[in-house]
This record gives sequence, C-alpha cells and structure tokens, in this order.
Amino acid sequence: MTTSQVHEERGRHEDEALAGESVISVRGLWKVFGPRAAAVPNSPKLRELGRRDLLDRTGCTAAVRDVGFDVAGGEVFVVMGLSGSGKSTLVRCLTRLIEPTAGEMLFEGDDMLAANHKQLRELRRNKFSMVFQHFGLLPHRRVIDNVGYGLEVKGVGKTERTRRAQEVIELVGLGGNEKSYPDQLSGGMQQRVGLARALAADPDVLFFDEPFSALDPLIRRDMQQEVIRLHREVGKTMVFITHDLSEALKLGDRILIMRDGEMVQLGTGDELVGAPADDYIRDFVRDVPHGDVLTLKWIMRDPRPDDPLDGPELGPDVVVREATRQVLQADKPVKVVSDGELLGIVGDDEILAIVARQESGA
Amino acid sequence: MSTAQLRDTITTRRPSKGALVAGILAVWLVAWLVLRGTHTLPLGAAQLTGLHEWLNDVNDSIGANRNSNPLFLYFFNIIRLIVDEFTTFIQTVLSEPAFDSPIPMLGWLGVVAVAGYVCYLVANIRVALLAMAGLVFLGLQGLWTESMDTLALTISAVLIALLFAIPLGVWAGLSDRFNRLITPVLDFMQTMPTFVYLAPLTLFFLIGPASATIATLIYAAPPVIRLTAHGIRSVPRDMVEASESLGSTRRQTLTKVLLPAAKRTIVLGINQTMMAALAMVTIAALIDAPGLGKTVIKALQTQDVGTAFNGGLAIVVLAIILDRVTTAASAKARPSHTAPSRGAAMLRLPMLIGGGVLAAIGVWLSRTYVWAAEFPADVEIGSTIVRATDTATEWVKDNFAALTTDLKDVVSATLIDPLQALLVQSPWWLVAAVIIAISVVIGSIRAAVVSAVCLALLVGTGLWQDAMTTLAQVLLATVIVMVLGIVLGVWMGRSPRVDRVVRPVLDAGQTMPPFVYLVPFLALFEATRFTAIIAAVVYASPVAIKIVTDGIRGVSATTVEAATASGSSTWQTITKVQLPMSRRALTLATNQGLIYVLSMVVVGGLVGAGALGYQVVAGFSQGQLYGKGLAAGIAIVLLGVMLDRMTQAAAKRADRPS
Ligand SMILES: Nc1ncnc2c1ncn2[C@@H]1O[C@H](COP(=O)(O)OP(=O)(O)OP(=O)(O)O)[C@@H](O)[C@H]1O
Ligand SMILES: [Mg+2]
Repeated sequence: MTTSQVHEERGRHEDEALAGESVISVRGLWKVFGPRAAAVPNSPKLRELGRRDLLDRTGCTAAVRDVGFDVAGGEVFVVMGLSGSGKSTLVRCLTRLIEPTAGEMLFEGDDMLAANHKQLRELRRNKFSMVFQHFGLLPHRRVIDNVGYGLEVKGVGKTERTRRAQEVIELVGLGGNEKSYPDQLSGGMQQRVGLARALAADPDVLFFDEPFSALDPLIRRDMQQEVIRLHREVGKTMVFITHDLSEALKLGDRILIMRDGEMVQLGTGDELVGAPADDYIRDFVRDVPHGDVLTLKWIMRDPRPDDPLDGPELGPDVVVREATRQVLQADKPVKVVSDGELLGIVGDDEILAIVARQESGA
Repeated sequence: MSTAQLRDTITTRRPSKGALVAGILAVWLVAWLVLRGTHTLPLGAAQLTGLHEWLNDVNDSIGANRNSNPLFLYFFNIIRLIVDEFTTFIQTVLSEPAFDSPIPMLGWLGVVAVAGYVCYLVANIRVALLAMAGLVFLGLQGLWTESMDTLALTISAVLIALLFAIPLGVWAGLSDRFNRLITPVLDFMQTMPTFVYLAPLTLFFLIGPASATIATLIYAAPPVIRLTAHGIRSVPRDMVEASESLGSTRRQTLTKVLLPAAKRTIVLGINQTMMAALAMVTIAALIDAPGLGKTVIKALQTQDVGTAFNGGLAIVVLAIILDRVTTAASAKARPSHTAPSRGAAMLRLPMLIGGGVLAAIGVWLSRTYVWAAEFPADVEIGSTIVRATDTATEWVKDNFAALTTDLKDVVSATLIDPLQALLVQSPWWLVAAVIIAISVVIGSIRAAVVSAVCLALLVGTGLWQDAMTTLAQVLLATVIVMVLGIVLGVWMGRSPRVDRVVRPVLDAGQTMPPFVYLVPFLALFEATRFTAIIAAVVYASPVAIKIVTDGIRGVSATTVEAATASGSSTWQTITKVQLPMSRRALTLATNQGLIYVLSMVVVGGLVGAGALGYQVVAGFSQGQLYGKGLAAGIAIVLLGVMLDRMTQAAAKRADRPS
C-alpha cells in the first residue's frame, strides 16, 4: 500500500464516521459581494472566473466560493488561509451574521438558511456564540456585565445572570476582575472576557475568528493552552479561524485551507504536511517542523526482501519525533503494526530524512 | 492629444488662472471709468418695488386669514400653540409670573439650588458650584428676569430640538440611505444666514416666543443630529457583531450597545446645540423674543454702550455656564472610566441625598419668602458695571479718539469706499458679467450658471445697490479673515506651542454669541460700516484659522523635511510647499469664512453697516417695510448661495490632483 492510498483510505473512513454525527454541514456555499451578487453562483460562466476577472466583469468579489464540509460534534475544526482568503466571511455566513449568496447549511440537521429572524435569534442565544479578533467588548460595561450580556438579552434574571457570569469568569481564570472595565485589562485578559462571554450561554458550538491575532506571542500561547484546556473540560464543538499554521496544527482536529474563497484542502494536520494537495499548501507547510506533525505511517516504506523483520513494533499514529530515539537505537528497522497487521517498516534512513530536513531549516 | 501633452497644457495653463482673473478685473476697472453711474438700479430708502408691495400684501392676507385657512388652522397654528404652551410653561418655571402668583414657580434661590443639583448630577460638584456662582452673578447684574427668559427659551428650544434630533440622528446613523438624504439638508440649514428665516417664520408663526423657539431649534438642531449619527457610525463593527452574534434584537443592540457607546459623542452634540441655541435666542430678540438679546439690541440701537456691555456680559456668563456643564457632562459620559475610589463611592450616596434635600429647601424658601423669590435689588452691581463701562468708554474715546478715528477713516477711505464705489457705481450688467466670468475661471461652468441665476434673481429683488454695498463689505471682511487665517493658521500649524496658546481663545470666541462682539467695537468705532466689518471678521476668523491650521498640519512631515533638507528657507517651505499643499484647506477656509461673514450681515445692520442688513432689521420693526425686509433677506441668501457655490467649485478644482 502506498502512502496516498493510506491517505484516501483514512479520509473516506473518517468522512463516513463523521457524516452521522455532524453538527454543521455545509454544501456549495457562496458569498459574493457586489451588485447583483446572486447572479454569480448561478452562472456557469461567471463561476469559473478568477478574482480579478470577476471584479472587472461584474464589479463583484466572491469571498467564499463553493465551499462544503462537515463539522463533527466535539471536533475542533480549523479554517486557515492568508489574509483576504474569505475566512471571516465564511464564519460569518455560518452564523448568518451575513447572508450567504447561495448554498446549503444544516445545523444539527436543520436548514439554517430557512430559519427566520426569531429562530435565528434563538439559535444565537442558545446554540452558538462567537469570539472576535478585536474582542468586541462593550467598553461601558464592567467585565461581569459584558460576560452576562448574552444572558441579559435572552431575558435571564439578574441574580441568575450574575451567578452564571461569575462561574465562567472563574473558568477562564479572570476571578477578581469582574468589577473592572475592559480598558483596564490587558489584551490577553480582554480576550478571556470575550471567551467567557461566548461560554456564558453554554452554547453547543463556539466560533472563533482569529481570536488571538491581536495578542503578542507569549500571551497567544497561553490563550491557545486555555482553549485546549477548555475543549478538554467542556468538550464543545469549535470552529476556529486562524492564519497561523502552527496554531492550526496545535488546536485543530481537522484543518480547512482556503485561497481566494475556495477550499484548497481539508484534512488532519499530518495529512496536510504529508500529502499537500498542491504547491500552495506545500509552501504553507514548508516551515513546519515535519517531525512534530508527521506520524510513522507517512514515512514508512514497504519491507524489502533483505529487511530483518524482527525489530521492535510501533503504531502507525506515533509521531516521528517521539519515535526517533527508538528507531535510531534499534539495530533493526522498526515495524509499523496496526491490529497485528504489518503496514510497513521505518529505518534510520527514513527518520534521518525528516530530521535532516528540519535541521537544514527547510 | 496624448496624456503627456494634455498634462503639459494643463500645467502651462494653471498659472494663467490668476492672470485671467487679473485681466478680468483690469477690464472691469477700465469699463467702470467709462460707464460709472449708469444702469446702477438705485432704489430710495422709502421706495418700494412691486415685489415688496406684493410681499406686504401676502403678509397682510396671511394675517387676515390666519384663523380661517385650513393650512393654518390645522397645521401652523397647532404647532405654534404647542410650542407656545411649552415655552410659556418653562418661562413660568423660571422667569414669568406663574398662574396667580406674582413670581415664577421657582424664585431665584430655587433656580440656583435646582441648577446646582442638576449640574452635580449630570456633571460634577465643581461645575455645579460654578453654575451657581454664575447664576448669582446674573442676579447681581440686575438682569435676573432677562437671563431667565433667555435660559427658558434656550432650554425649551433645546428640548424640542432633541426630541426630533436624536431620533433623526439615530436613524441617520443606522441607515446610509437616510444619511445621504439628510446631510445636504443639514448643510443647508447650517449655511443659511440665521436672520434670513426669522422673517418668513414670523409670517407663519407670528412675532413672539413661538417663532423665536422655532427659529432657534432650526438653527440649533443640526449639530446634535450630525454628532448622533457620527457617534452611532463610529461604534466599532466588532461590538455590533458581537451583540448580534449573542442573539440581540435590533432594539437591544441599539439601546444596549450603540447608544451607550455613542453617548459621549451625543452629549458633545447637545453641547454644540445648546451653544447654538443660546446664540440664536439672543438674535431672535429681533422678532421680539424676550430676554438678554432684547436688552442688548435696545442698547445697541441707542448706542448705550454701558448697558449693552452689561447685557453682553450676562450672555457670556450664561454661555460659559452652559458650555462648562455640558462639556463636563460629556466627559463624564465617556464610555468607560476608572472605577471611583472607595472613599468617593461611599460619599456619593450621602451627597446625592444631601444635595436633593438642599435643593428642595431652596425651592421651598423661594416659594415662601420674598427675599428668596425676587432677586434683592439692593445688592445690585449692574449699574456699577454700566457706569464703569461708560467711564472706560469715555476715557478710551478721549485718549484714543485720534487713533481709532484715523484707523477707521483710513480703512474706509482706502478700502471700503473704493470697493463699494466700484461695485455700486458699475452698471449692473457689468458686475454680473465680471462675476460670471470669474466663476468660470476659478470654479466651473456649473458655478457660473448658478451665479447667473442668483444675479438675475438679485436684480429681481429690487435691492441691487444694497446688495452691492453688502457684497463690498462681505468681500473685504473675507479678505481680512483670510489674511488672518493664513498668518495665524500657518503659525499655529507650524508651532504646537502657539497652537496651545491661541486655540482656547478661538474656542472661547466661537462659543460666544455674536452680539457680544459688537459691544467693544461699537464703543471704539461707533455705528459705522467699519464696526460691522470688524465684528464680522472677529466672528468668522476662528473657523478660518482652525481650518488653515489643520491643512498646514496635514502636510506630511516627510515632505516638509525633504524641503528643508534640500535647502529651502522657512519662507520657501511655507510658500512653496506647505501653502500649495494645503490648497484645499485654504479654499475651504475661504468658503467657511464667507458663510460666517454673511451670517453677520444682519447683525452688522444694527451697527451701521446699512444696506441689506439694515433693510432686514427695518423690516422687522416697520410694517410697511416688511416686504422690503423679506426681499433683503432673500438677497442675502442669494449672495450666500452664489459665493458658496463659487468657492466650493474652486475647492473641488483645488482637490483635483495636478
Ligand atoms: N462587506 C464587504 N464588501 C465587499 N467585499 C468584502 C466585504 N467583506 C469582505 N469582502 C472581501 O471578501 C474577501 C474576503 O474577506 P475576509 O474578510 O473574509 O478575509 P479574511 O480571510 O478574513 O482575511 P483576514 O485574515 O485579513 O481577516 C476580501 O477580498 C474582501 O475584500
Ligand atoms: Mg478576517
């Protein structure tokens, strides 16, 4: 079996597994800005035009073009792309903060696009909430009132609201700051308020639009840890937008890469690194430390007749970095085994190729 | 023609613009020498044209049918009634005898106590003390009732204005379409010289408080509409989205996010509206609005400088109180603030209760005892102020008469007279041709068409000569404004230190009602055209200076550095880099300067400017001149529209990249 076969195999397998329990399901989604935008997705000719041509011909920008995917319950789904690739537009379409131009969107099996204002409000009040790049906090309210805002518009009484707000403030580690105003807090703390506000109504899905881009690197790392911890503790489904690949790899179960509004590749981190769909993705993942992302199944080879097959055994999903010592110390190639079946072997050469790549700074 | 050639012709043609204008002026001078005195369309002081008589008739017939015509019966009269009732009610609270009692509902002590408490609530204790001291000072000046009348009219106009303006502003903030619709209307409301709509308003709402209040609210509403819309528009997109994403209804987003976040800007708008209202209320004395304005106008008309000064001082005191209170309120309304210290927080409640009790006691006293109801006359300092001013004026006149008379005479003889002679004695068609030609050269064909229409209508008003006299004064005042604007503007633009010193003076000048300027100049120069011009210059300069300053400051520091690095002297940097690059600011300053000068024409009419301003004033007071006054008002608007379009077209041209 070749690596690409593995990739396909696994991809198909996962798609099937997810389809049953998908929380968000998107098909053929378009968002076009400009005059007579609705004509673009419907016209076979206009659909094919590139960004520049479309703008010149119609004055429209297609910020999201023909995007489709499923997000499984409890999954962290990351959308990634360069600036202007349509990530924010996509996530705003998902919550219908802006109206999609064409396509289908299901939320827990219900047609999102058919929801009227009232239903939509109910969804926003109870089912999902969002964290924003520039926080979007209300400067005239104290932290506790910012966090309780969603409950307030929902009509929850003051005592209950305060109690719940206090609870999530503790959860995001802001205890003691509830009486402060947003501008008295650091950027990182402000985003914790944004996070607490999103969590307060106990939604099923959390949307993040580049929540940490405005923070400096150290605080960003803290906040990423925070999200990982929260995900572990509260187990919410998350749709996370970022333009930072290392953030995507750190947080994402699966990653969708966009360019000019189009989907370029959708897969797990090791799939993107191990089998980039095109040069754009290859470029994207070039600087990633491959050893940290790739697993053994991406570097193993079929055994040759002269290979000794009595070396140590490892699973196919062991990360290369973790296997390095063991492979190099063993004097025989390591066998990659899953359910007692021999998938392939990994020798010093395979490991060293990855390590060398990393050290040459490529 | 290739674009390169095109650019060449444009650049070679550009410097000739000035030459063209000079050429036109030269031709005019020569033609004037030959043709002067012919076709000048004169009209005697008591003479009326058909239009004027027709307007008189309209006025009479409206007067006769006021209570039978359905439009009046069911529209204008009802508005008048409501506004009248409301204004009268506020007056009975503050200034006029209430119901059966000989005093208003609140005697002076009550007003002082309540004002102090309210100021404490919306602003802070310091401002509250200032307001109370200011009010007492007004009483000491012997102008309590007049001040309270002015205050009552201002408050009622502002309240009614806010009732409409804030919803309109919110709407304009939320809807691009409505914003596009209302912006030109607001522009028009603000550029129209204020006095001009006084006369037509009296046609519909009679002379009296209702017309005064309506005139005031028309003039005063635009700033708060604009600033409300601006405040709503500047709320960060993120905040609105966050609110929506949490499932807020539109109303919730408006009341919980947009309005609180825009509060500070809205209060700033209320501040500007308040100041504009105060200025207008004093001016509305021309149509019989009670209060300080009347005191000042009467004194100006009898050249009683001492009384005019006392009244003007009271207006200034009132302006300072209103300005400080609303400014402090807006500072307090900033979207967030550091939590108050524990001590202050603990003091807050007792202060609130204590203040409330004190205010209540003040009100009770003022309704029970005469000394607390009517401001005691025996502690008055007003007459001292009047006498001191008179003495000072006499002294200045005695000692500087030579100087001030010389200055006045020299300026009149060398600047005002020749310009006026040129405009007034030229045949009307010659002046029209010159103005149209200049519109084409500095502006556009479109501006020239507007000029032509305005000029034709001006001839139609029958007040051509008066219009030319006024135009001469307006042009001269504008030139002086621009000289001041450029000199001070460049200086302030280049030196932050100068800016820090001068800007507060300009701010103060802008918050002061225009009447007040007149007093000292009247004392120095008596009722002459010169006085009127100076008053207009003082009124219009701050705007022009500020715009030029901003323009100079807007020139990028790198460009200036590059000029300095290539060895330019300061003078060269200013004339070759900074001024040319702020061309747009200069034309804008000219435009605004003109508008401001024009809006002082009627005030000038009170102090010897004659011409259109005088006709408007006379129209208010003498029945048979009503139509002529109205026509004069229209003529002022026509001059305004013409000059505004011309300078705006010039500004647009300056905008075009070279
Ligand atoms: N309201 C709008 N009107 C017109 N064009 C828009 C609008 N909003 C977004 N666009 C266009 O859609 C494209 C995608 O924008 P979007 O904000 O979704 O990108 P992004 O991936 O979020 O970028 P960034 O990383 O900078 O946030 C851009 O070309 C943008 O110009
Ligand atoms: Mg974005």
